[in-house]
Amino acid sequence: MDTKEIKFECRDCQVYYGDKHAIKDVSVDIEDKTVTAFIGPSGCGKSTFLRCLNRMNDTIDAARVMGGFLLDGEDIYDRRVDPVQLRAKVGMVFQRPNPFPKSIYDNVAYGPKIHGLAKNKAELDEIVERSLRRGAIWDEVKDRLDSPGTGLSGGQQQRLCIARAVATEPEVLLMDEPCSALDPIATAQVEELIDELRANYSVVIVTHSMQQAARVSQKTAFFHLGNLVEFGETGEIFTNPKDPRTESYITGRIG
Amino acid sequence: MTDATANSPALPDRKHSGSLMEHTARTRRRNNAEKRFRAYGLAAIGIGLAALIVLLVSILSQGLPAFSQTFVTMKVYLDPAKLDKSGTRDIEQIKKVSTFGYAPLIRAAMQETMTANGIDPEKFGLSEKAAEEMISKEGAAQLRNFVIAHPDQIGQTVEFKFLADSRIDGYFKGRVSMASAKLDSNVSPAQLQLADALKKAGVLKVGFNWGFITNPDASENRPEAAGIGVAIIGSLYMMIIVLCLALPIGVAASIYLEEFAPQNWFTDLIEVNISNLAAVPSIVFGILGLAIFINWAGLPQSAPIVGGLVLTLMTLPTIIISTRASLKSVPPSIRDAALGVGASKMQSVFHHVLPLAMPGILTGTIIGLAQALGETAPLMLIGMVAFVREFPAAPPEGFFDPASALPVQVYNWTQRADPAFTERASGAIIVLLIFLLSMNFLAIILRRRFERRW
Amino acid sequence: MPVLWIVLAVLGLGLIGYFVGRSRALGSAGGDIRQLHSLPSYYGWNAFMFTVVPSLIVLALWLLFAPTLIENRIAATLPQATLEQSGSTSLLMSEVRRAADALDLAVQQGTMDDAFSRNLRAEFTDVTGRLKATGSIITQDVTQPVLRAAQQYRVMSSTSNLIMSVLVVVLAVVGLIYALLRTNRDFRARNTVEIGIKSILILASSIAILTTLGIVLSMLFETANFFDQYPWQSFFFGTKWAPDFRGNSALGMLPLLWGTLYISTVALLVAVPIGLFAAIYLSEYAGPRLRAVAKPMIEILAGIPTIVYGLFALITVGPFLRDAIASPLGLGNNTNSVMTAGLVMGVMLIPFVSSLSDDIINAVPQSMRDGSFGLGATQSETIRQVVLPAALPGVVGAILLAASRAIGETMIVVMGAGAAAAQMDQGLGAIINPFQAMTTVTVKIVSQLTGDTDFASPETLVAFALGLTLFVITLGLNVLALIIVRKYREQYE
Repeated sequence: MDTKEIKFECRDCQVYYGDKHAIKDVSVDIEDKTVTAFIGPSGCGKSTFLRCLNRMNDTIDAARVMGGFLLDGEDIYDRRVDPVQLRAKVGMVFQRPNPFPKSIYDNVAYGPKIHGLAKNKAELDEIVERSLRRGAIWDEVKDRLDSPGTGLSGGQQQRLCIARAVATEPEVLLMDEPCSALDPIATAQVEELIDELRANYSVVIVTHSMQQAARVSQKTAFFHLGNLVEFGETGEIFTNPKDPRTESYITGRIG
Repeated sequence: MTDATANSPALPDRKHSGSLMEHTARTRRRNNAEKRFRAYGLAAIGIGLAALIVLLVSILSQGLPAFSQTFVTMKVYLDPAKLDKSGTRDIEQIKKVSTFGYAPLIRAAMQETMTANGIDPEKFGLSEKAAEEMISKEGAAQLRNFVIAHPDQIGQTVEFKFLADSRIDGYFKGRVSMASAKLDSNVSPAQLQLADALKKAGVLKVGFNWGFITNPDASENRPEAAGIGVAIIGSLYMMIIVLCLALPIGVAASIYLEEFAPQNWFTDLIEVNISNLAAVPSIVFGILGLAIFINWAGLPQSAPIVGGLVLTLMTLPTIIISTRASLKSVPPSIRDAALGVGASKMQSVFHHVLPLAMPGILTGTIIGLAQALGETAPLMLIGMVAFVREFPAAPPEGFFDPASALPVQVYNWTQRADPAFTERASGAIIVLLIFLLSMNFLAIILRRRFERRW
Repeated sequence: MPVLWIVLAVLGLGLIGYFVGRSRALGSAGGDIRQLHSLPSYYGWNAFMFTVVPSLIVLALWLLFAPTLIENRIAATLPQATLEQSGSTSLLMSEVRRAADALDLAVQQGTMDDAFSRNLRAEFTDVTGRLKATGSIITQDVTQPVLRAAQQYRVMSSTSNLIMSVLVVVLAVVGLIYALLRTNRDFRARNTVEIGIKSILILASSIAILTTLGIVLSMLFETANFFDQYPWQSFFFGTKWAPDFRGNSALGMLPLLWGTLYISTVALLVAVPIGLFAAIYLSEYAGPRLRAVAKPMIEILAGIPTIVYGLFALITVGPFLRDAIASPLGLGNNTNSVMTAGLVMGVMLIPFVSSLSDDIINAVPQSMRDGSFGLGATQSETIRQVVLPAALPGVVGAILLAASRAIGETMIVVMGAGAAAAQMDQGLGAIINPFQAMTTVTVKIVSQLTGDTDFASPETLVAFALGLTLFVITLGLNVLALIIVRKYREQYE
């Protein structure tokens, strides 16, 4: 594997929820144009850590985040950084598909509209089409862009949400268990899509499923009880784990 | 699935390539919009709170003076020549002397008091009659009642505490001034000067107005004597009726709907009716009361029984809704436990579910009662606006006697010309609000004390 | 026998039933409770129920219907001439009733003996005078036909009373015996009593239906009477409101409806933005401390009775608006005005709108907000473009409920809006000035039904037609709002 440019550099990161120390001393480098998977048993802090990367934890009053999160060398928790601008750069897809109660078109156009990415209607149309194509759902919805996004099936909704995230032209795409609410067929479609997205984005995916991590990611980080236990090439982690905890997890003894 | 790679053109230039540390113009604009939006929200809350404060301050500042009152203490010689011409002390003869016959006694007493305190009535240029008019017209009635109760006191000199006329009273509360007195046919600046002199001499005093709380209403031209006694009793009677009817009926209906009712059209019909009745305008209940209870069933007008029935029907939906909520909050495991040891469904409800839900039910009932206590419009239609001076008898007969109610008394007073009644109306509102506040406080305490989390 | 005594007698019998039933059940089981199907007290209650319930139902029905039946029979015997003279049967019958009551009183006071009261003839005795002497209120001279009717009325009433007393007591005894005969150790007393209790519960629930029925029927009948005397077209489409108790009234509803809608609109224009923004701020922005203070404070506004708002309009807001705005701008000199009532009513509705909207905004799932934040939207963009559109149906429902409140509100408009109907024939300027007094449907219901009322004249009856209109409008709004809100709730459950 060739070494790629490092997109996110996280150093000694801590997260507290009230008195609970949820993330302890985590340091990890996330590369550009790579799929990085966070795995670990539930409650290990992988989702919490993911939400630090675009400051979604800001919306939770009790959460406190410390440590260095450098995106292209800039600390995203710097006082001068506006989380709104950050999130345009670091998009996010959630566990459950959450289309807005609007039309399919408006769902995708929402991001470009608020960030002012389109100068006119024609440009907006173009962005919407490009995003829906990149979300691999264009063929299914191109004839009913005006119908509500909530009327789609679960897998379609999730791909719509991915298209929606892609539409703001982010550089990093965070995915929080994007397939956990989907059936196997829809999961396969989304996984295929993630693989394609790697060409243009740095993708970070949190997943419960080790098979999924093995299938889609190049790098894997294993979290356990708020600690980053092991981080490395996916193949390496799954075939030759260095830490006994990682081994226990991937062989199914803890989980 | 292939269209993504096949059709997507090369990525356009990344739009966010600038530093995160520098805010773009658009971000600044959006953040300003955010600040504005927040400010609107804060302003809305501010307006709401300001309205509450203005409302309360306005009512308090207008109403608090109603709780103090100017009194004049004088010794009155109960002249036998005027009160008992026959000299027999025959009570029937004494009763024949009307209140007009007592006015001269007060007039004389007034002159007497002034000279005794070294005040020269001549100096103010007031006639004897004008000086007498500074005492409430209620004074003569007060004297007469005393004499009829104690005929043996005729011929003695007795000390009385009279109400001052409402204008004099208003002068000490700032409602009447020298300037306004010049334009007022009911009071002259000279009377006010005399009042000042009397106050200096200690004859005239301002004290707490117990009479406002205990007295019945008074007629148009003696606001100083008007009180909310009858209204409080009337409201109390109605609340007793509402409590006795609405609580058992409401609880019974809720138990049926929550625990026993099958899923059918009849249950649906009841449910729809309850939720609709909760939103029917109160005046419609007044029309119902007038048409059904008074015109059809022949119950008396202005009676607490009719008011109580109308308010019961109005309060029922509130009580049913809150009772059902508290029944619902009792976990099914309790019911299962009771059924499991062989209790019947009825026994499980009455022995276990109902006692556990009781605090919630009582809280809802108190809030329903508080609502009923402040209700005005339906009571106006069933004749409670009538002028009632007699206290109703003790229950149960008293439920059928004419009475007033606190909120209706307030309305009544606002319809009268003399501004002194506005003060009384605001005072009555304060009493009403104190009742409501203590009821809500009680409800909060109940909830805090007995609330269970399952 | 007075009704109270009958009731007490029946209850006494019931009590006897309770104790006898209980001890009989115990006796049949040889004093061993375990042999019984139900607890002993259930046998007691069973006997009590069978004694008391049927007899009291008969008593109630008798009391309800007997007077009408008697009156109808008496009215039938009255000569036609007398009927025509007095104008209406009901007036004549009330005269008969009064005479009968006065005769009762006279016998009671001992000024007449019973036989004399029965045979008394108006031609020979000064009946009117003698009856007045008892302290009864006799307004007209008692004529012979009325006197005869009154005498008959007394006879029939006392017979009816006697039959009723006997019937009720006999029924109670029969019920008591029946229940006691059935009492043995295998009798399922608990089930019977529970059926009884359940019937009471059902009866209590049906009161809601009876109330609605009472509202609709009472207004429907009087409204029908009104439309007999006044054409419905002129009521619904008339543009002039000028009641005149001497007759020839113009009773068009439109000016009142206009006033109602105008004031409600002003109120909603105040309440909806403020209530909505307050709800948004409290649920999306405010910290726990501000919320703990501001939320209950705003809810206090909801607990204040409308009479307080009315007084506030009358003594504070009205004069302030007149002196600060209306007079300087030459828009009028009224303390009572559309603006006064509308503003104050708006304040009243703020907590109503805000607490309903608060519930609705909280029902929008957090995942939707996350989705928007994840795309880099600011909080206000999220609220305006995602949360509010998602909550829109619920918010519309809340606004409809608030509108129904505003339309049905009475005290604030009685004290703040004035009694003058909008003069629709004076042109647009006269009806849109918000600083003039303008009356509403509810104000007119109050004014037509208080004071001296004559339930035969259209000027009084119009209040029922107005009430029915009001009921139908608010009912429609409520039902619509409930449907919308329910649909909305289902969407997120």
